[in-house]
Amino acid sequence: MATEVQVPVLSAKDFASDQDVRWCPGCGDYAILNQVRRVLAAAGATREKTVFVSGIGCSSRFPYYMSTYGFHSIHGRAPAIATGIKLANPDLNVWIVTGDGDGLSIGGNHLLHTLRRNVNVKILLFNNRIYGLTKGQYSPTSEEGKKTKSSPFGTIELPVTPLSIALAAEASFVARAVDVDKNLGDVLQAAAEHKGSAFVEIYQDCNIFNHLAYQYATDKAAKEDHILYLEHGKPLVFGKNRDKGIRFDGAHKPQVVELGKGIKEDDLIFHDEADENLAFLLSRLSYPQFPEPLGVFYRVRDDCYEDLLEGQIKSAVAARGQGGLAELFESSDNYKV
Amino acid sequence: MVSGTQTQDRTPSTHPRTEEIPAAVVRFAGDSGDGMQMAGTQFTDTSAIIGNDVATLPDYPAEIRAPAGTVPGVSGFQINFASTDIHTPGDEVNALIAMNPAALKAHLADVQLGGIVVVNESEFDKVNLRKAGYPEGVNPLDDPELGRKYRLYKVPITRLNAESLADSGMSAKDIGRCKNMYALGLIYFLFDRPLDTTIQYLEDYFGKKKKMPEVAAANVKALKAGFYFGETAEIFPVRYHVARAPVAPGTYRKITGNDATAMGLIAAAKLSGKTLVYCTYPITPASDILHYLAGMRNFGVKTFQAEDEIAAICSAIGVSFAGQLGVTGTSGPGLALKTEAMGLAVITELPLIIIDVQRGGPSTGLPTKTEQSDLLQAVVGRNGDCPLVVLAAKSPSDCFDTAIEAVRIAFKYMVPVLILTDGYLANGAEPWRLPDPKSLPAIPVTHPTDPATYQPYKRDENYARPWAIPGTPGLEHRIGGLEKADGTGGVSYDPENHQKMTLLRLAKVNKVADDIPPAETYAGADAELLVVSWGGTYGSVRTAVERLHAEGKSVAGLHLRHMNPMPTNLGTLLKKYKKILVPELNTGQLRYILRSRYLVDARGLNKIQGKPFLVEDLVGGINLMLDGKWGEAESLNPTQHQIKAFK
Ligand code: SF4
Repeated sequence: MATEVQVPVLSAKDFASDQDVRWCPGCGDYAILNQVRRVLAAAGATREKTVFVSGIGCSSRFPYYMSTYGFHSIHGRAPAIATGIKLANPDLNVWIVTGDGDGLSIGGNHLLHTLRRNVNVKILLFNNRIYGLTKGQYSPTSEEGKKTKSSPFGTIELPVTPLSIALAAEASFVARAVDVDKNLGDVLQAAAEHKGSAFVEIYQDCNIFNHLAYQYATDKAAKEDHILYLEHGKPLVFGKNRDKGIRFDGAHKPQVVELGKGIKEDDLIFHDEADENLAFLLSRLSYPQFPEPLGVFYRVRDDCYEDLLEGQIKSAVAARGQGGLAELFESSDNYKV
Repeated sequence: MVSGTQTQDRTPSTHPRTEEIPAAVVRFAGDSGDGMQMAGTQFTDTSAIIGNDVATLPDYPAEIRAPAGTVPGVSGFQINFASTDIHTPGDEVNALIAMNPAALKAHLADVQLGGIVVVNESEFDKVNLRKAGYPEGVNPLDDPELGRKYRLYKVPITRLNAESLADSGMSAKDIGRCKNMYALGLIYFLFDRPLDTTIQYLEDYFGKKKKMPEVAAANVKALKAGFYFGETAEIFPVRYHVARAPVAPGTYRKITGNDATAMGLIAAAKLSGKTLVYCTYPITPASDILHYLAGMRNFGVKTFQAEDEIAAICSAIGVSFAGQLGVTGTSGPGLALKTEAMGLAVITELPLIIIDVQRGGPSTGLPTKTEQSDLLQAVVGRNGDCPLVVLAAKSPSDCFDTAIEAVRIAFKYMVPVLILTDGYLANGAEPWRLPDPKSLPAIPVTHPTDPATYQPYKRDENYARPWAIPGTPGLEHRIGGLEKADGTGGVSYDPENHQKMTLLRLAKVNKVADDIPPAETYAGADAELLVVSWGGTYGSVRTAVERLHAEGKSVAGLHLRHMNPMPTNLGTLLKKYKKILVPELNTGQLRYILRSRYLVDARGLNKIQGKPFLVEDLVGGINLMLDGKWGEAESLNPTQHQIKAFK
């Protein structure tokens, strides 16, 4: 008779390390940390097979607060370290925690290439639109004209849109969430289940250096008019009374419309997670002209890098036999003396 | 040409006669599209297989396609082949094959007076002469001086090759591509070499691999035509023969430094039961290591062509953290980009192999030329007090042993190990007797599994911390670039702890000295002068020291492979000698270390021309020291056959 193996089920608390969490009180990172622990527990993850890798910045302290394996590396390089971990052991569940400075400025290159290779890692980019750890300089996602310690006269550069970059880099999973929003858990869960690089931008409040940067998306009274929850196969509807939507106008440009008065849900754009053009269009919608979409923008199945590499090894071994030391030294160029 | 006894018995015809010589240096030179590297490689393979000792020096232009026919576009390949043991590709060229005017211009100065110069006369037309920068109306072949100084053979190789392939049905362009084989055939005749190795190669490469049997046939035909031309046209009054060298019996192959490095890494992975993951970004002259390893999937080798140098080392660090053999390879500019990540590997105390195939610097410098100017970068060039182990290979085949030794040290001490090779070792080749796989000792690796006794920074007797790998239940831990508390590995800003950890990291690297052989001198035991070399200059320095020692000069040599830590007896040894000379292909980086560490008055012979030492350079420098004519200068430089102080 088969005996039942009891797999210990971990709770969110089991993923907490013994370290005191040292982010500033009120920092958005706390909410994200709690959700990540909860999602890991719900997904049945184990501590020993989970690795958190980070770079440098406030968000990059994340691994210390997890009871899993962790690597707090150097500025911007977490995707490269994580790639190496997956090359060495494809069985590990590897999560990268990065920020707008770490991931889009100093480490931008690694982000692009990890995404296009589709290494099976989950990338959480905490976007607080400011440099927090270095105490308040503008970041690559700070709005144009923003006055900060390093831009007393206002910045004179355009910010980047992380999701547009991820899509252009051929990411196979692209999503957005807000630190305190209810859909963060769902997005993280979807990312955890995705096979391949999953890129999640999380709007995160730095309540010390850029407090309320996302007030429009978090304010209880007003947010429903400023954000739009994406659902695959459903029309783009938003608003407190779900009475607004987005459709294409005559010039095929997105347009906010009010439902009723002859405009039906069927006239709106329907979300399709497999449509990369739509995903890009959605990534360009920004407040205040448009509500900002949250949820999964894009999700396609694709082979991951480390599996393809293992596959090449398997077929080479099948074709040529497993190489050992003797085979290494044997070659057609050898000669006997 | 080295003179020797004349023999008549090897060739049935009485003309030309064959002269027996102990060694010769041949250089093929032509446009980078002329296939000189292939001709040179084939000459080397043939010579190795018939039992000569060989040493080679390829010389590529920095640009892939510098304008055809110009001096910057000239590609050369030099082979020294001998019936005795040799360590260098040779100083003076005994026979130059110049495929166009630019090649003659670029290489003639290196030919010994009275040496052989074979020129491809067909290419000495107005256009090519102009491209090579000769003044209008000047053709060097018309200068009687050339024929007086050298044994000049004008052979219209392009035309003869085209005629021999006239009925091949190939285009004029494709026929032209065979002229390197025509030239090779001619030189095979001159040096009495068999054609079969090259014929086999051409049939395998063009026929089987590239599936172009007609190209294979044409190349074979050109090769034979060149050989027969030498035989029937009787242009050479003498042929030369170099007998086989007395070498230990065994199975041999010709090996370049880059291939030896790659093979050593694979061997180390097998010996330690680890997966080799080679993470790199293409850079000259290190890329051939990647090319070799990328084709070795059936040996379980994983290669990762990263997006940049930093990603390359960081992914290798990730590999090590996850418990496999992480290796990154690069050249000087790439090593500079990797410095921050090397510090991460040092503070996280992970095993890691970093290979630096040195080239001329600073900045982009001389990408295709050799130099030893990354020593200080390797030993000290990082932020913070950041010691790691540095090894330097001494010959192409020694790259194999160095790679294995590096992995052994990295795993035993949990420390990054940096291997220095250089462009000369990387591309140069020598015969290598294959080791018996059973003779290579296993590389032990242990990973802890017991949560009760585990601490991330608890140390063993070698100060090594345990290598706990993700996937092991109960050993979950966090590491990173912030200072660690000894033992627990928790983040620590405690001043006393930082001092302790900094000294521990240093002590650990220094402990490796217990594991390496003591420094040994060669040649004169009680000599007046000690010549200290390191890395790729081993062959030429040893040749010079032994030659002068044999002449009765009071000179000894010492070669260093372990650059950090250095052998524990080095200081005592150095102090035994009245004079110390440190020849290096840089401005004096080892000298700087020796002077500061051991307080000795070491002088430097420093060549910074992107080229290896000639034995002549070293003989000159050593003699100046022994004859008391060196003067006060801390360093002198070989310049146009003289040794001078820079002014
Ligand atoms: S500085 Fe900002 S981002 Fe950093 S911990 Fe404090 S609140 Fe959070």
